[in-house]
Amino acid sequence: MNDQIRIPRTLPRYSATFDPQTMSEIRRAAATGIYDIRGGGAKRKVPHFDDLLFLGASMSRYPLEGYRERCDTSVVLGARFAKKPIELKIPITIAGMSFGSLSAQAKEALGRGASVVGTSTTTGDGGMTQEERGHSSILVYQYLPSRYGMNPDDLRRADAIEVVIGQGAKPGGGGMLLGQKISKRVAEMRTLPEGIDQRSSCRHPDWTGPDDLEIKIEELREITDWEKPIYVKVGASRPYYDTALAVKAGADVIVLDGMQGGTAATQEVFIEHVGIPILAAIRPAVQALRDLGMHRKVQLIVSGGIRNGADVAKALALGADVASIGTAALVALGDNDPHLEAEYQALGTTAGAYDDWHEGRDPAGITTQDPELARRLDPIAAGRRLANYLSVLTLETQTIARACGKSHVHNLEPEDLVALTVEAAAMAGVPLAGTSWIPGAGGR
Amino acid sequence: MTTQFSAKAVDLAATSVRELNAALHAIREGSNVARWQVLNPRGVHAVAAGVDADVTIEIDGDVGYYCAGMNKRATVIVNGSAGLGLGENMMSGLIYVKGDASQAAGATAHGGAIVIEGNASGRCGISMKGVDIIVKGSIGPMSAFMAQAGTLAVFGDAGDALGDSIYEAKLYVRGAVKSLGADCVEKPMDDMHRAELYAKLERAGAAGEVDVGEFRRYGSARALYHFHVDNAGAY
Amino acid sequence: MCGIVGLFLKDPALEPDLGRHLAVMLETMTARGPDSAGFAIYGDGSPERIKITLRAGRSVDAGALAVLLASALDGEVDVVARGTHVVVTVAAEQVGLALSAIGDLDDDLTVSSVGSHMELYKEVGLPADVARRFGLSQMSGTHGVGHTRMATESAVTTAGAHPFSTGKDQCLVHNGSLSNHNELRRRLTREGISFATENDSEVAAGYLSWRLAQGESLGGALEASLKDLDGFYTFVVGTDTGFGVLRDPIGCKHAVMAETEQYVAFGTEYRALSRLPGIENARVFEPNPATVYFWDRAA
Repeated sequence: MNDQIRIPRTLPRYSATFDPQTMSEIRRAAATGIYDIRGGGAKRKVPHFDDLLFLGASMSRYPLEGYRERCDTSVVLGARFAKKPIELKIPITIAGMSFGSLSAQAKEALGRGASVVGTSTTTGDGGMTQEERGHSSILVYQYLPSRYGMNPDDLRRADAIEVVIGQGAKPGGGGMLLGQKISKRVAEMRTLPEGIDQRSSCRHPDWTGPDDLEIKIEELREITDWEKPIYVKVGASRPYYDTALAVKAGADVIVLDGMQGGTAATQEVFIEHVGIPILAAIRPAVQALRDLGMHRKVQLIVSGGIRNGADVAKALALGADVASIGTAALVALGDNDPHLEAEYQALGTTAGAYDDWHEGRDPAGITTQDPELARRLDPIAAGRRLANYLSVLTLETQTIARACGKSHVHNLEPEDLVALTVEAAAMAGVPLAGTSWIPGAGGR
Repeated sequence: MTTQFSAKAVDLAATSVRELNAALHAIREGSNVARWQVLNPRGVHAVAAGVDADVTIEIDGDVGYYCAGMNKRATVIVNGSAGLGLGENMMSGLIYVKGDASQAAGATAHGGAIVIEGNASGRCGISMKGVDIIVKGSIGPMSAFMAQAGTLAVFGDAGDALGDSIYEAKLYVRGAVKSLGADCVEKPMDDMHRAELYAKLERAGAAGEVDVGEFRRYGSARALYHFHVDNAGAY
Repeated sequence: MCGIVGLFLKDPALEPDLGRHLAVMLETMTARGPDSAGFAIYGDGSPERIKITLRAGRSVDAGALAVLLASALDGEVDVVARGTHVVVTVAAEQVGLALSAIGDLDDDLTVSSVGSHMELYKEVGLPADVARRFGLSQMSGTHGVGHTRMATESAVTTAGAHPFSTGKDQCLVHNGSLSNHNELRRRLTREGISFATENDSEVAAGYLSWRLAQGESLGGALEASLKDLDGFYTFVVGTDTGFGVLRDPIGCKHAVMAETEQYVAFGTEYRALSRLPGIENARVFEPNPATVYFWDRAA
């Protein structure tokens, strides 16, 4: 018998640099000549609230009794200049999402869910629908570069106005809606031909910079007789300066959206490579407010990857007044639900990974304008799910606040937090757990 | 029975823009003040912004940014020049400027008409959504950028990149066009278009001042309506 | 992000009123720039006598400084104090000596500008207060520029206020935000230009000074900046005899000018021009993007 040496084969090894995902994208780009467009927010792992922990009460601090001793969650927004500030029952709002990117049923469900728990929803790039106004007890009307469907009647019907400068998924980029979703109604609302790719501009048509924004805000206040709070929304990139400038330009409320924030449709390269995580953005923004003596006077709404009450509590502890949800709200409505797995498979994806929101073929009936698909979403049931979810977020936030001895969620402080990683400690400006070390504190 | 109409004068040297606008917003149907006169504006902003009434507002002097912004129904006459964003997002009514208009005149305006006796600066009619803009002088660069609907008629010349990324707005220019923007092309001007332009000028009280036969027509080539890799350079 | 004003007189009869008009214009731009303000005034002068404008963190005792400098230079020294600023006038050949003597005498004194005609004043605070502290309305001259600042990314300090001067009788004010100033600053530093701040506008001033030092005309230097400066900008610049304006090719930031037989005026908003004499009959126009505008009284 020939005693040959058997050479064991090494397992096939994928390159960490050219992994299968990367190579598939190169092939896709080579075949089409266009960048990849998708919905949702950043999918890569970035430092997030998971790397922070609360220091609950023990000997040196006393906790509040759960369910009995009150822990207030109410927030007033916009008292700086507006005659009619917004009063929210919970410190969680629904972020801007347009009719067009979402179906009318989805918009209605958002309004129903938010109204039950006493919070606000926000329009998006494409104007305000009757259904949306009707079903949202508090509605924030976005003022975007495109001004699709913008009109003074809706401006006056709104409860607040949000001047959008950017969003976390794409700071420096404009909106985008592809032809598949420009239905007859969407086209009419936007004064566009049906079925064409909508190109939205990245800058406002009639102002640039904070000095002109001040005059624009004055005009919006004049048109609405100084009644409505004016929010200014920015994507997180240079939060210290953006916050300071928004305050100087006269904003009542700052909305700061981290890179994990979703979008209806944007270049993947934008979503994954531009902007900073919300964890890193809050402290500089709060510092700007403190430096101007405006913390808790000009409110700070933060968004981008908020999933549970712990995230909300951590955002508030870092100095935000409100946390806002978009993607999580869509999941609550039924987005990416495993019971639709067969249909996601048919679209070449899987439940939990579906992000082709721009294609309008959402089996959940949420990110679509196809009447057949949209009808699948029952706005009453979906609204109930959202209300339940918002209640859970609130209860979880209160649970943590009580454990830290707070009778109002806004009394959470950065000092109630520690970090698990050096990165999170540096970004959030809280000490590494078990130490008093805050990396980079001197350079803040 | 006779109805008496009166005029009311507001002097911005003594009254704030806030007080003026509050008074204009408080006009109710059947008000017998049909004409408002605004004195000494001296370039202040948001004069007569957000008016929604059948009223004539005559402003004696130069105004700043966003004059008659989001106007509905009112006729606003500026006996002077207008700053940035004149009649931005106007819905209906008429704005008439005796002098020049600054950048972004009629930006995103949905309806009504804007007549500018002098010149309009850059970005005139940017993202216009149905308004009719008539400029008796010339317009600056990047005008009618992403213009969606409505008509822009220019008696004089147009600056660089006219109608870049234009959708369905109609552009008529009597003088020279320095350059056309991406996806904007000259289109044949036939009798139908001449009649349409004449009607627009007539409605704005400007018919007969020029021969509509002297205008050339520009609009969208619609090549950018759907992405195609061959057009990537235009994005 | 800011408000800019500028006034270039053609009619000598208006020269006694230059400061008065500029002060009104500057105050009108308060909302655009509440953080700090500054101005440069081109007045009397001759090539033989050089004015050094110095600023300090406090009021300066002009008499004491004059005595010290006179003994250090062993020559004639005029010292005029205005608030925290002081203008030292020395013979042209003694400028180098004077500058080093000043550095030795008092390290609280910072040189704002050097020139035979230009004096430059700037400070943190509301434009009206800044103008009053330095007595702008009483100043006379041939031309001047002013600036009100809303700081974007650099600190609210006197050093960060405009105008910036990086060459004799040269000043620049800027509205906008440059997007390649860090790399350009490194390049110019290698070329020997020094910078006192992290401010993007100072880089633009340094860039123009560098071009001028190479023998370029101001018009030529502005033309060249169209290629080398990226981002958004409206510049108004002054030289001993000239006044120039340049907007970037995109032309986002608003600018308006007025010209009469008597003057050329610049304002970020029309409001700034609205009280000038004869404005009703002026030729009011907006400078075109990427177009150099330049007026020179020597021409």
